[in-house]
Amino acid sequence: MLSELGSDCRPLAGGHSIIPMMKLRLAAPEHLVDLGGIDELRDISVGGGSIEIGAMVTQHELLTSAELGKACPIIAETSALIADPQVRYCGTLGGNVANGDPGNDMPGLMQCLNATYVLESSGGAREVSAREFYHGVYDTALSDGEMLTLVRIPTPPAGHGYAYSKLKRKVGDYATAAAGVIVSMSGSTCQSASIALTNVGDTALYAADASESLAGAELNDETIGRAASLAEGITSPVTDMRGSEEYRKKMAGVMVTRAIRLAAERAS
Amino acid sequence: MAKTKVSLTVNGNEVEAEVDSRTLLIHLLREHLNITGPHIGCDTSHCGACTVDLNGKSVKSCTVLAVQAQDGQVLTVEGMANADGTLHPLQQAFMDNHGLQCGFCTPGMLIRAQRLLQENPNPTEDEIRAGISGNLCRCTGYQNIVKAISAAAQQMNMKEAAE
Repeated sequence: MLSELGSDCRPLAGGHSIIPMMKLRLAAPEHLVDLGGIDELRDISVGGGSIEIGAMVTQHELLTSAELGKACPIIAETSALIADPQVRYCGTLGGNVANGDPGNDMPGLMQCLNATYVLESSGGAREVSAREFYHGVYDTALSDGEMLTLVRIPTPPAGHGYAYSKLKRKVGDYATAAAGVIVSMSGSTCQSASIALTNVGDTALYAADASESLAGAELNDETIGRAASLAEGITSPVTDMRGSEEYRKKMAGVMVTRAIRLAAERAS
Repeated sequence: MAKTKVSLTVNGNEVEAEVDSRTLLIHLLREHLNITGPHIGCDTSHCGACTVDLNGKSVKSCTVLAVQAQDGQVLTVEGMANADGTLHPLQQAFMDNHGLQCGFCTPGMLIRAQRLLQENPNPTEDEIRAGISGNLCRCTGYQNIVKAISAAAQQMNMKEAAE
């Protein structure tokens, strides 16, 4: 149906982005295709070195899945910071990552985890890295007639440290700035790190230089400060009701610092 | 606009309605079925005044299409009291603890709280506050709402232990 109806048609997942957008007349699709009846999109599987999460898995399910909590606890930590209980019962991982809203938290997290998105259409399936999927505000690698069906995450190594730090004004708000961090530690030396940022640019941002700067480094004020300023350097937030450009840039660095410290503490 | 027939169960009663495909669940309830407990506050999925229980989950019915509730089970505040007219322990506790002032948010608070207590029968104060974080109250400062939910939880647990 999606390919027949083309750009007049949008898939309907949890509906908590598309319905508000339709109310605001920011979106006016002629057709919505409800994905609610497709059970195959609701599976979570952990094993074989990767985690696979169907597009229709809700934030509430991400929060309460015991196997996800064990293999990759940063996912639940992030979900808990999204919206409120009612919205999390409806809102889905697929909707959150596919919509291309820079305010959403899951795109940044998926870049941090180096996830791959499976995009399907009547012509077949292809895979796109979360780090390459986002082109701009609501502009993604998705083509008309194509739908994101699955998110595949390489399982982070046992003993990894993690943290998702989000500055927001109130429950349910988008981030003033947020950062997701995964680290592997050996004593106080960082073996590898992955850092990504939310809502401080037109898209979520993978902070490649900041991540690399920590690999092999002793974690101390100087190295963490350097990573934070490298991360700040790739941001381009706009001044809005959440703060000025300067403030939000600075807060991106603060969130990175906090997340690195907490992740290192949690690593074993 | 094409009409769609929606069949669902609301507060234990099987109902049917012909709706536009764009009709929201809150409008189906309030305008087609005359169930006006769920309120429209912000109409942008922030305030929680329109909260109903749909298939065992609390949802903001202003952000669910009526057709998404096809064959669903809906519970609203109207379905909370017992058949003999006695109040649900949460309703009684809201009365006893002055858990409302103007009352606008109350139907949403009550229906959200009953789902919260089903998932977590013994919540801490923090868990209650997190559990109702999608429901805004502009009168009470939440203090007595939290107290009421806590009191209802104790009441329900005592009753269950006695049975």
